[in-house]
Amino acid sequence: MRASLLLLADSRLPAGGHAHSGGLEPAVAAGAVRDVPALADFLRGRLATSGLVAAALAAAACAHAARGGGAWAALDAETDARTPSPAQRAASRAQGRSLLRVARTAWASPALDALAGTPGGPHHPAVLGAAAAAMGAAPREAAEITAYMAVTGPASAGIRLLGLDPLAVNRALAVLAADVDAVAAEAAGFADGPWAELPAASAPLLDLYAERHLRTDLRLFES
Amino acid sequence: MGANHDHDPYAATRPHGRALRLGIGGPVGSGKTALTAALCRALRDELDLAVVTNDIYTTEDADFLRREAVLSDDRITAVRTGACPHTAIRDDISANLDACEALQERHPGLDLIIVESGGDNLTALFSQGLADRQIFVLDVAGGDDVPRKGGLGVAAADLLVINKTDLAPLVGSDLAMMGRDAGKVRGGKPVVFSSLRERPGADEVAAWIRGVLHDLAHEHGEHEHEHGRERERAAAS
Repeated sequence: MRASLLLLADSRLPAGGHAHSGGLEPAVAAGAVRDVPALADFLRGRLATSGLVAAALAAAACAHAARGGGAWAALDAETDARTPSPAQRAASRAQGRSLLRVARTAWASPALDALAGTPGGPHHPAVLGAAAAAMGAAPREAAEITAYMAVTGPASAGIRLLGLDPLAVNRALAVLAADVDAVAAEAAGFADGPWAELPAASAPLLDLYAERHLRTDLRLFES
Repeated sequence: MGANHDHDPYAATRPHGRALRLGIGGPVGSGKTALTAALCRALRDELDLAVVTNDIYTTEDADFLRREAVLSDDRITAVRTGACPHTAIRDDISANLDACEALQERHPGLDLIIVESGGDNLTALFSQGLADRQIFVLDVAGGDDVPRKGGLGVAAADLLVINKTDLAPLVGSDLAMMGRDAGKVRGGKPVVFSSLRERPGADEVAAWIRGVLHDLAHEHGEHEHEHGRERERAAAS
């Protein structure tokens, strides 16, 4: 099981993540991120807001899938409610579709099969949670992977967009690791509670960036 | 190469009942988009076809195809590659698979989807999970030593197109040498010379695609025929 979890968290997982910057590209375009310290601040903010929300959704999805995981519409609606930007919803569903394709190819699970029926494709955290459950992982582990990916994806985009020193970016991620663990632990606490009470931390600037990004002519990343 | 692994337990793609996916790769400026446009014009009356472009920075390639009106808008999809064109066609093909599947859903009768890669280097290679066949495009102005240098694209593509031959005398490229060098690294796989300025229909490439589709239909027919005979034998015993 441990190796399967590592596969799921690996940035080489062929699930489309490389084409998403998690809002970093529009932040760079706006001049808000130009160097490693600013990137580290961006990542800390993202982790505390959309990272926490996604990790809690993944933990809840993992617990739901472990119980059989037939009906996903309510969790899908809770995710929409916590994702005000239509551009971010679309990006989440695009990544969810891609991850679902990968997960169903690798791990058999009725919960993953049920997610395939989500109109427009399932949200990314739901698939992450269900995939973790498919390999017998706990909600805490689903939350850890989700929180981890919330910062590693944009960090990698920063290296590509700004030519930042990869060693310096890696050090920033290492400094952030304890925060990632703390966010994952907090998120996992919501796994078995009512979905309506899942965290709903918002990051209005990320929402605005996501919308602005869609209307930008020159862009490398989908989101 | 191709997705017709009937008994492959790890088959990444559906072998039958969908369009042939043809990858077109090659360095920046070698003429991939112009070739794609020419192929659309040449084949659109005989084949049900669609295009996915992998633009590096803009939707320029898709916009070019739309402006040229080679196909209706709903048959052209642009994919973004996050600054890594080779990743999108090789290591992580999900965005391209998504685009192909959406096109297939919109046009269930598709015979051919052309997936045009973003301009890349000589090591670019399409994943077998994405493309059933692939073409690599070089142009003579990029240096007549490129075929000798080889690289995954030059060596492994099902068809190598040496493009813009009309420029050869102007840039001092030796076409015969390019052809010989390409032959050496390609182990007998075909090489064609093209000049869209002199032959705007990309006749050589279009003919090769027709041949591929014909052979596949034939293979599939044989396969069905074989199944039919097995059924007859089973029924008789």
